[in-house]
Amino acid sequence: MNIHEYQAKQIFAKYGVPTPRGIVANTPRQAVLNAQELGGNLWVVKAQIHAGGRGLGGGVKLARSLEEVEKLSNEILGMTLVTHQTGPEGKLVQKVYIEEGADIKDELYLGVVLDRAREMPIIMASTEGGMEIEKVAEESPEKIIKVAVDPAIGFQGFHGRELVFGLGITNPDEQKKFIKFAAALYKVYMENDAEMIEINPLIKTGAGDFLALDGKMGFDDSALGRHPDIEDMRDISEEDPDEREASQYGLSYVSLDGEIGCMVNGAGLAMGTMDTINYMGGTPANFLDVGGKANAETVAKGFEIILKNPKVKAIFVNIFGGIVRCDRIANGILEATKLVNVHVPVIVRLDGTNAPEAAEILKNANIPNVIAATDLADGAAKAVAAAKGE
Amino acid sequence: MSILVNKDTKVIVQGFTGKEGSFHAEQCIAYGTKIVGGVTPNKGGQEHLGKPVFNTVKEAVEATGATVSMIFVPPAFVADAVMEAAAAGIELAVVITEGAPVRDMQAAKAFAVKHGMKTIGPNCPGIITAEECKIGIMPGMIFKKGRVGLISKSGTLTYEGANQVCREGFGISTAVGIGGDPIIGLSYKQLLPMFEADPETDAIVMIGEIGGDLEIQAAAFIKENIKKPVVAFIAGQSAPKGKRMGHAGAIVSGGAGTAAEKMAALQAAGVKVVVSPAEIGKAVAEVLGKK
Repeated sequence: MNIHEYQAKQIFAKYGVPTPRGIVANTPRQAVLNAQELGGNLWVVKAQIHAGGRGLGGGVKLARSLEEVEKLSNEILGMTLVTHQTGPEGKLVQKVYIEEGADIKDELYLGVVLDRAREMPIIMASTEGGMEIEKVAEESPEKIIKVAVDPAIGFQGFHGRELVFGLGITNPDEQKKFIKFAAALYKVYMENDAEMIEINPLIKTGAGDFLALDGKMGFDDSALGRHPDIEDMRDISEEDPDEREASQYGLSYVSLDGEIGCMVNGAGLAMGTMDTINYMGGTPANFLDVGGKANAETVAKGFEIILKNPKVKAIFVNIFGGIVRCDRIANGILEATKLVNVHVPVIVRLDGTNAPEAAEILKNANIPNVIAATDLADGAAKAVAAAKGE
Repeated sequence: MSILVNKDTKVIVQGFTGKEGSFHAEQCIAYGTKIVGGVTPNKGGQEHLGKPVFNTVKEAVEATGATVSMIFVPPAFVADAVMEAAAAGIELAVVITEGAPVRDMQAAKAFAVKHGMKTIGPNCPGIITAEECKIGIMPGMIFKKGRVGLISKSGTLTYEGANQVCREGFGISTAVGIGGDPIIGLSYKQLLPMFEADPETDAIVMIGEIGGDLEIQAAAFIKENIKKPVVAFIAGQSAPKGKRMGHAGAIVSGGAGTAAEKMAALQAAGVKVVVSPAEIGKAVAEVLGKK
């Protein structure tokens, strides 16, 4: 699960990670009131969406008067912001964060993420803040300092020294401030079961203070149960409505551009099914993992969600029944076709436990739209042919 | 022969009396697995499925001499269960449970390694030595005894792969579902040399997925150390680039973990890489010669 910048900064503040002061707003009027409350004569109006690259997309603007705060908020609220992380369809901006302007001397980068190879969190820092960090990694990887922290010992002094010397911070007072900053951020990461934290840019002010000018956080979904406060930060308007509906039924759904709807058990086989369709000259319309509990209700729901997409010309149901018995799934499919008007050909491949019985059930039911397949290759070929109207 | 487990392996079940634990333990017993008991706190002294129940893993190990534990406890208790097994001297823990927090698994695995305990999973179908010992939730009947080893991140692709290998007239020595979570126990790199050393395995099927770099590490390892033929499939060639907030994860491993990258690395290591899982069986037949 991901959260907004303003929410990440609320968490930062709790742990003493310094940030500029700011207040979130839903309307231009509220934005002006926020700016007044913050005081000063320079504010930043920042679009709140779950994606990076907002500045380049026109979602972050400087305001030098209250009139400008209102004008810019008016422009940004309701705009569809397209960045390199939103996809071409962009994201609707429903909130702006009004933040006090900061005196930026240097822009740095600081992030914490799990290093799967080392199997421990890694703190990454760079002097190349404000840039796309993936570009820095590609073009000048030596400019990214990586410090792995073993949770068994936690953040130690030497971790901090590696960071500040790596970044070329020489002033002892600044060194102390930065180490305190990084230690606090590591604590934020560990105590909240974060999956990743990214601050880009982290700025050094003219006075030699470090501030998180941005903040992105993602969380381990498996651990949300023990963080109700973070669960409360979920913004469902940032999630795809079909994906959300599917998840309520224990289905994992991602919509794609193609023509063949897929319903598969297991994420690996679901991806493998899409790969096979592609390989045979077709295009998958979606990824859909029905999980281990495929029954009439979930299969019907799956059909319903797949068929919402008008591009779908055929559906390929590919189930390898392990503990789930194929005969039960076959009955589920029959019932589902009664519950949902399935107007495109449905190619069904059921293999594994009780597969012969399942084949018999489908054969006897003799539904005109349902075509049986013997294995994965056969099913994919039939689905591709059906989508082409053959 | 086989790797890690066989017909003599003594297995206990943590979360023995729960719904999932009971159902699958029963299936394993029916398959022929030597389940010698189980652990459920406060149910020690009882009997379940005809086997003794213990309060702690330590007691279970002392009483039964079990060396392997199959873990079915709920996600929040997985780390505790893994560490308890390690502390009690269990040699291999097979963790079936899905949804254990990553931070918990990080700590649990570090502790397991320190105690010399191997782990499989979490969030995996388990391990099976065909027609001898099934420790997990896979449908036993598709694994015919034979001379092909299988390692897979994905559960249903394990079944798909094994089924094709068997339909081509070959069979499975041992199949291991390693799981696809960010922190897992045994991976390709540790399992490949076990299959290489197993006199009853002639070829290895390796099934991977997009994300992470375990398959890239495996490719480098295969190039230097594996003489037996390897067939590989990587799921997710057609997966769209995910919309993510940050890119820190990709930077750590120095690449995005795409299917194309992994397939190229494996190919360069001499592995027979197939583009569709439907080709796994045929590819095995090719590297071993038709049956």
